[in-house]
Amino acid sequence: MAEVKHSRKACAVNPLKMSQPIGAALAFLGMDQALPLLHGSQGCTAFGLVLFVKHFRETIPLQTTAMNEVTTILGGLENVEQALVNIHKRAAPALVGLISTGITEAKGDDVDGFLQLIRQKHPELADMEVVFVSTPDFAGAFQDGWGKAVLRMVETIAKPSNVRRPWQVNILPGCHLTPGDIEEVKEMVEAFGLTPVVLPDLSGSMDGHIPETFLPTTLGGTRLDELRSMGESAYTLVIGEQGRAAAAKLKDIAGVPYTVFDRLTGLKPCDDFLALLSRIANTEVPPRFKRQRSQLLDAMLDGHFHFGKKKVAVAAEPDLLYALTTFLTEMGAEIQVAVTSTESPLLNRVPADEVLIGDLEDFEQGAVGADLLITHAHGRQAAARLGIPFWRSGLPTFDRLGAAHKVSVGYRGTRNLIFEVGNVFIENLHEAVPDDFRPTAEPAASCGTGCAHGAAAVACH
Amino acid sequence: MSALQQKVASVLEEPGCATNQAKGEKERKAGCKKQLTPGAAAGGCAFDGAKIALQPIVDVAHLVHGPIACEGNSWDSRHTLSSGSHIYRTGFTTDMNEMDVVYGGEKKLYRAIKEIIDKYDPPAVFVYQTCLPAMIGDDIEAVCKAAAAKFGKPVIPVNAPGFVGSKNLGNKLGGEALLDYVIGTREPEYTTPCDINLIGEYNVVGELWQVKPLFDELGIRILATISGDGRYNDVATAHKARAAIMLCSQALINVARKMEERYGIPFFEGSFYGVSDMSDALRKISALLVRQGGPADLPERAEALIAREEAKAWARLEPYKARLKGKRVLLFTGGVKSWSVVSALQEVGMEIVGTSMRKTTANDREKVKEIMGTDAHMFDELPPREMYRMLRDSQADVMLSGGRSQFVALKAKTPWVEINQERHHALAGYDGIVNLVDEIDKALYNPVWQQVRQPAPWERPDWEQDLEEWQSCNQEECAGEVCHG
Repeated sequence: MAEVKHSRKACAVNPLKMSQPIGAALAFLGMDQALPLLHGSQGCTAFGLVLFVKHFRETIPLQTTAMNEVTTILGGLENVEQALVNIHKRAAPALVGLISTGITEAKGDDVDGFLQLIRQKHPELADMEVVFVSTPDFAGAFQDGWGKAVLRMVETIAKPSNVRRPWQVNILPGCHLTPGDIEEVKEMVEAFGLTPVVLPDLSGSMDGHIPETFLPTTLGGTRLDELRSMGESAYTLVIGEQGRAAAAKLKDIAGVPYTVFDRLTGLKPCDDFLALLSRIANTEVPPRFKRQRSQLLDAMLDGHFHFGKKKVAVAAEPDLLYALTTFLTEMGAEIQVAVTSTESPLLNRVPADEVLIGDLEDFEQGAVGADLLITHAHGRQAAARLGIPFWRSGLPTFDRLGAAHKVSVGYRGTRNLIFEVGNVFIENLHEAVPDDFRPTAEPAASCGTGCAHGAAAVACH
Repeated sequence: MSALQQKVASVLEEPGCATNQAKGEKERKAGCKKQLTPGAAAGGCAFDGAKIALQPIVDVAHLVHGPIACEGNSWDSRHTLSSGSHIYRTGFTTDMNEMDVVYGGEKKLYRAIKEIIDKYDPPAVFVYQTCLPAMIGDDIEAVCKAAAAKFGKPVIPVNAPGFVGSKNLGNKLGGEALLDYVIGTREPEYTTPCDINLIGEYNVVGELWQVKPLFDELGIRILATISGDGRYNDVATAHKARAAIMLCSQALINVARKMEERYGIPFFEGSFYGVSDMSDALRKISALLVRQGGPADLPERAEALIAREEAKAWARLEPYKARLKGKRVLLFTGGVKSWSVVSALQEVGMEIVGTSMRKTTANDREKVKEIMGTDAHMFDELPPREMYRMLRDSQADVMLSGGRSQFVALKAKTPWVEINQERHHALAGYDGIVNLVDEIDKALYNPVWQQVRQPAPWERPDWEQDLEEWQSCNQEECAGEVCHG
């Protein structure tokens, strides 16, 4: 439906995009007793660390191989070796996610080769799993890094098996799902008497709990033995296109069938998701979901008045963009401008005339006259300049509390989204003044735009 | 040796640096480059440091030449404020892709500069080098020179790619860019005998504005701030100041020293944190300006101002004494702040149970010892695990630190106050110290601490008995919480 265009500018202004390596790092942060290690200069790690600390309001375990200009040119074998030895000594994580960056990729460090040499030389590291993922900063974006890290974990750790656990279901959430979203998905799966194995599970590690101890690794998340057992599951459910490759790989390895849900926001995908769970579990859909579905229908009916013909500008990574724009248009809104960070097969299906792979300057220019802006916290400057209401969605959200606990999946999450976004529209309703009705005013032909400035607000509603 | 390597070496051998002076000749030659430990390093890179030092110049377009990570992961995240232009908060980057890596990024950089000038027309563009283009050999100096000639506008190369070293080194390399390309390139419209520069003041959450009225009252004009709420054209005239104050420890020592060398602008190291430090800075700058030909009555006027402001500050601190007396503070910061706020905290009766000596000089250590009467509470390292244990075991009532260790304190259910660069409250000058004490008071007496430290009822040993009592209380319609608590 949508035409995909690329920004032709030499200078990206107000980036929407973040880099692949930190997307991969976030995936490893969803693993229990894990420590992501960026193979690059220490700044690569420091920036990612600060970003996650501000978003999640948590300490973030993240390390660096601390490459300098000399080691970059000579190759990073020694740095990787020292880093792994030091980490083993100081933090003893169960899993190290070793993540390449721009300079080590441009140099062409053979990290898989390094790891073989290091394993031979340091047998004491045998109790520490290391997964390497190649994520140059100069290609792709955050969600690509996440997808690659999940794929690599499946590739290196999941095992083929003759055993089947008919009650066990794999869940592969994209990075656009919050810890709160993942909790919601887990509850849905468990309600059918199934046991979910979530890879990776940010709801165990980045959900803001108070641990009993303090360790330099993640506390909570997917355990390695759970990951190893994923080949024994009955089924894999993928949420977001970014998890497709990992699910396909698991099917290759262990024959686990899978279904990709391109989103879990909105009535239809939730219906499909529950119907599939019902079939996998071979039980009826529990009554609570019938009740929740009914509540969602009611919310859609109450909310549609406020969404109809509203023009919304959205900038987000592909999977989140798709979930948000389909939700909005299903409630009657129109997508005035859609901007994203990287390629995805979903982009053509975004319900907009075109999708631009660009930045927040493109977004701001396209959003003039819109009723609502939706993007991550960096949209705040554009919102202030344009004077248009702004609803934050995505990572980073550094200037609001509770980013980790926003829920927008399932019936309840969708209902919640209708209320949150709908309330922004309600808050900005225009009360009529006499001048609105002077004959010299522009005829209220296009109600949608008119509402933005309130000229025809009363007529519209 | 490349030009960049020479620059790095010269900055690392900075003769103005007190740590360096204390070293023997051989050690000094080796520079202060500390090798980072892979797998156990923390902190920003040189590029980060250069950006921290220069981005507070608010009317300049700061363009990052590199892949998306360097700008995309970090832009618009600092609280340095502007009283005018906001272009410094706009994220500009060449967002290098695979093709740029293969063919080189110089042409793209040139086009990016042109786009910025066409669309935003800032008085200058600063171009920041990063690791990847440095590695593939993009010559940003050449591109900047060509662009400046073509577009008739200053285009300043800031050559501090991340992998050359630490954030602190980057601060200094950022300063070098100003020395090489900016300072001394314009003349001020007029000068006064009381023109000064503030070097290493970044106007974090408006702290520059917190102290500026004090200087204004004395008739001291801040000609240029390097770089808080700075304007390109003001920084370009900084060579005409009569004197300078160097703040923020040693971050821009090279700028202060070289400006003294080149333009004869004397400076001293001062701090605006803490009552006595603020007074000290006003005294010293007044004396220095008199030596430089300023009005002879300046010190006298300064003393009057100091007496008035100190009295006001102490009077405002008075009500806190009863509330804060005996409260134990763990101070985890670095540089001058490891001692500059100590005396004020002691003055309101607080007890310092520890102060970190990171990024401090021998001089700083002496001062801590002098103020606290002992060196027993100084520590160099405090790993998060150890810090957590200390706080959980209630060895301190409140921790003051930077954002990095915030969650260590909070998870240990301990009050915490931000005192480093990400703070939201301005802590400079006489008002600032009152703000700080008020922040500590606000944190310590928040009712959440009592609540979050209570175990859940079912985690108490006699919880079933408690529950029965509570139920019977409830039946008698007394307030259940009295028994329950």
